Amino acid sequence: MASEKFTSFDGCGADAQSSTATPVAALPAYLALGVAFGYVLTRSEVLSWFRIQEMFRFQSFRMYGIIAAAIATAALSLRALRAFKIRALGGEAINPQRRNFGRGFRYAIGGTLFGLGWALTGACPGPLFALIGNGITVMLAAVVSALAGTWLYGLLSAKLPE
Amino acid sequence: MFAWLNAEWPWYVAGPLIGLFVPVLLLLGNKVFGISGNLSHICAAITPVRIAHFRYDWRRAGRWNLLFLLGVVLGGALAAGTGGANGVRLSAAAIKTQQSMGIHDFAGLAPKEIFDWKQLKTTRGISLIIVGGFLVGFGTAYAAGCTSGHAISGLANLDPASLVAVLGFFTGGLLASWFLLPIILGGAHGI
Repeated sequence: MASEKFTSFDGCGADAQSSTATPVAALPAYLALGVAFGYVLTRSEVLSWFRIQEMFRFQSFRMYGIIAAAIATAALSLRALRAFKIRALGGEAINPQRRNFGRGFRYAIGGTLFGLGWALTGACPGPLFALIGNGITVMLAAVVSALAGTWLYGLLSAKLPE
Repeated sequence: MFAWLNAEWPWYVAGPLIGLFVPVLLLLGNKVFGISGNLSHICAAITPVRIAHFRYDWRRAGRWNLLFLLGVVLGGALAAGTGGANGVRLSAAAIKTQQSMGIHDFAGLAPKEIFDWKQLKTTRGISLIIVGGFLVGFGTAYAAGCTSGHAISGLANLDPASLVAVLGFFTGGLLASWFLLPIILGGAHGI
């Protein structure tokens, strides 16, 4: 397949796609990290419908503590990686780009629609998959529905305000 | 000795561990931590290429992330197999609110009264699982990111787009939690 036929992926994590393809030797490491993430999602209980309702009703500090601590840890780590000009294992410079803001509609409207779904299902995308692993297999239906939602966005994307 | 592996982790342990996925993925292969891109990758992989939005090289863009996602399923299964099945320890206020919406079984990670295949024949099952799932998929694709990509990776990178997206996440979440769910499930309205 000729690669010029393809447009570039502009979704989440898209800024890292311009670099070289992922080496096959590194793939097991991503699988292992995914296992760790699924484990952490479960033990932290951020994938629990009960916890998500508790958070949105402001009935516990727990979820806010987790989210704030996660952002702080990621932000400080990113600062350190940049300050010490640390490179990725493959030798690339680490400098994740910010999104093209445009008029911001896509973030405001898309974000709000996602928030509705987050509270209804009690799960964002990572937790949807981790819950299947946890034996709540009906979340497969939620995943199929989420794929339909993403597909519909793809169909309509040119017509929606950015 | 391994008791902590099975218990609910405190927020100050769970939060930093989640945040560490950002630098680890950057160090490993200059990857930006974000789950929802996988929904696009799966669409690109399985749907005909007529739709321009999905006409990209999903293998190149998403192979690492799809493997990460497979790992997330396995990690969930691993966690389920190592205890922690006693249910979450909710605050008394949360239990009261959720009981008022007809939830009685607080075992496990989600109410079995709703998150069950049999419930897909009911209005509430369809509303929460099918409509909720659809909104998750449409919303993350439109916003180009979810809780991991925007709330963690994006906010950590001080990205204004992610701040707008996260404000949207909470606007939608508050609306659903305080108004939609009480209508769907019955029980106490927010205000």
